[in-house]
Amino acid sequence: MNKSENNLGKPQEYYRERYLRNLPTAFCAGCGNGTILNCFVRAVDDLIKDKQLQHQNILSVSGIGCSAWIPSPHFKGDTLHTTHGRAIAFATGAKIMNPKLQVTVFTGDGDGAAIGGNHLIHAARRNIPMTVILVNNLNYGMTGGQSAPTTPLHVQTSTYPKHPETPFDLSQLMLGAGASYVARWTTYYVNEIVATLKEAMIHPGFSFIEIISQCPTYAAQFLTEFQTGLTPEEQEQFRRQPGAWMLKALKGKKTGVTNGHPRYQITLQEKPIDLGVFKQEKRPTLIDYLQELWNNKGDA
Amino acid sequence: MKAGLYFVDGGVACAEGAIYAGCRFFAGYPITPATSIVEQMALRLPQVKGYFVQMEDELASMAAIIGASWSGGKTMTATSGPGFSLMQENLGYAYLTETPVVVVDAQRSGPSTGQATMPGQQDVMQARYGTHGDIAPIAFSPWSVQEMFDFTIHAFNYAEKFRTPTLVMADGEICYMREPLTIPKPGAFPVLNRKRFTKSHPRPEEIFLRYEMPRFGDGHNLLVTGSAHRPNGVRDYTPTFHRATIEWIFKKSQQAGQALYEEKLDLEVSYLDSAESIVVSFGAAARPAYHAVQTAQKNGVNVGFVRLKTLWPFPEAHLRALLKDIQRIFVVEMNMGMMVHEVARIACQADVISIPKVAGEVHDAKEILKAVMEADAA
Ligand SMILES: Cc1ncc(C[n+]2csc(CCOP(=O)(O)OP(=O)(O)O)c2C)c(N)n1
Ligand code: SF4
Ligand SMILES: [Mg+2]
Repeated sequence: MNKSENNLGKPQEYYRERYLRNLPTAFCAGCGNGTILNCFVRAVDDLIKDKQLQHQNILSVSGIGCSAWIPSPHFKGDTLHTTHGRAIAFATGAKIMNPKLQVTVFTGDGDGAAIGGNHLIHAARRNIPMTVILVNNLNYGMTGGQSAPTTPLHVQTSTYPKHPETPFDLSQLMLGAGASYVARWTTYYVNEIVATLKEAMIHPGFSFIEIISQCPTYAAQFLTEFQTGLTPEEQEQFRRQPGAWMLKALKGKKTGVTNGHPRYQITLQEKPIDLGVFKQEKRPTLIDYLQELWNNKGDA
Repeated sequence: MKAGLYFVDGGVACAEGAIYAGCRFFAGYPITPATSIVEQMALRLPQVKGYFVQMEDELASMAAIIGASWSGGKTMTATSGPGFSLMQENLGYAYLTETPVVVVDAQRSGPSTGQATMPGQQDVMQARYGTHGDIAPIAFSPWSVQEMFDFTIHAFNYAEKFRTPTLVMADGEICYMREPLTIPKPGAFPVLNRKRFTKSHPRPEEIFLRYEMPRFGDGHNLLVTGSAHRPNGVRDYTPTFHRATIEWIFKKSQQAGQALYEEKLDLEVSYLDSAESIVVSFGAAARPAYHAVQTAQKNGVNVGFVRLKTLWPFPEAHLRALLKDIQRIFVVEMNMGMMVHEVARIACQADVISIPKVAGEVHDAKEILKAVMEADAA
């Protein structure tokens, strides 16, 4: 393989020139955020090529956290980097005022499910057309490894020696809240992420993609399953490249096919976590309703 | 509503002012005394092909109007104290990102739930200092139903002209009250529209520290962030960049203060010739205060009257000049004494006497009159 080529489409320079700026990113070595940015630009490029999306209509909105830095200031398109937890609410206003925009929200598990959880469920319920990419790295990365709503039970975080809460299953939450498109992947499944993003970004309604991602700096020890029984040599490799080793834990086994996408399952603390596209349905959006009201002309 | 004379409450007047000014997006969460604003916007916006969205809370309402403003709309929200508190963080975001939005606070008696939903003027300092960081707000203070209409339009005009959030610090009393409202013909009341950002302007790559407002979807690849940034939007914590941003925010407020003075929107005066003492007030409190001054004048007491139409930027220079030879200043407000500190700061030699009122009541003109007469006799 040519140095600048990769197994995901065109040479890297192609994507960098068209879609990226202000590189390098500030992410730690081995972080999953760069992978997600790569998947995003590939999905965008495919959609533009297929004339399903115009570059100038792409708006990326993010909150606060490492995951919020995926589009800002790196994606070459309109970006709105907002306050902690509120990205979806900002995005709601931007999208309604200009429905032509294709809005993607990048949020973290803290940003989207703790401080911003209320906006997440209500945007899903309203079926406001936007794609939410929730980067679930199982902790608060930006502030230094504190407990998040998704942190696995009993692991050590910088706020709890033995994290006492059961983790939140965010895809289940979104199904319950009425999101019309729900998918979950891990950063291991890059092709699936690209394929799903392409669907989600043109889905006429609220779409949610949870990506379980590696934060080698603060959450490497959370994915404990694969660390047991390591040889001293492996332990040294793990110490040097925790991100790569975490990816091993994020690789699952195939369990079937739903909604035209393969299903996989990973195991975290002996509990199975399903990956795949869980839901894909069409129903009226809030914008449809708001524009219908225009026709009931009252006394102006 | 069409041009004409109506008899409506202050909330309806505010909403009609917003529609007249070209507001096409409103996000809100119900709270009295702002309810009639919210419901009138819900009724009226679809009629003008606008969008009314009821959000899940006030944090979301504030966020949504900022997002919609960057999509090119004139946008507004309306709330009362508890909601205004929740909006503070995102309001700060609007200041830093130089986003035109209008926020109406129909103040009620706090703190906390307080005497929901009785009127108050206890949020005036929150308007000035409520969000963290240095900001320089523009805040109007209407005292009548007509001014609810007029000042809402001015708030949009100042927001657009200076690319900044503006506040209408109304109070419950003015929102509930019904009075005649004249809606002018389209075009009769000046409405300023947004200065469009185009590549043909100088410094086309710089989206901040300028009056032209870019919008999403135009191919500018905007970087909008609440972090310190360079003028092109790239996040950068170098002191020179952030200092320039903060200084620009303050400079705009200073320019707005000058414009407000020139448009006679900063304050209005009556009975000032040869007055030895002055009553200063604003909003609902200014109504009994004015009445007390009229009565005092009838009784031969030479007391003048100053009504603040704008609280922020505080009309400092103008007021200082007016207060130069004044012996006594009474400040009438529906709180424990807030704007009185601003007045005292510039009061030269005068005695400054606070006439506060809390607990959801508007002053009785008689009690103001009594305070003025007693001081005069002493
Ligand atoms: C209102 C507010 N509270 C707290 C913070 C501090 N803060 C910044 S990022 C963050 C956590 C982010 O966690 P997550 O959303 O999971 O993002 P990650 O960094 O893990 O990608 C916190 C608490 C803030 N910026 N604003
Ligand atoms: S702290 Fe974690 S999430 Fe943040 S950049 Fe580093 S590895 Fe990535
Ligand atoms: Mg996180």
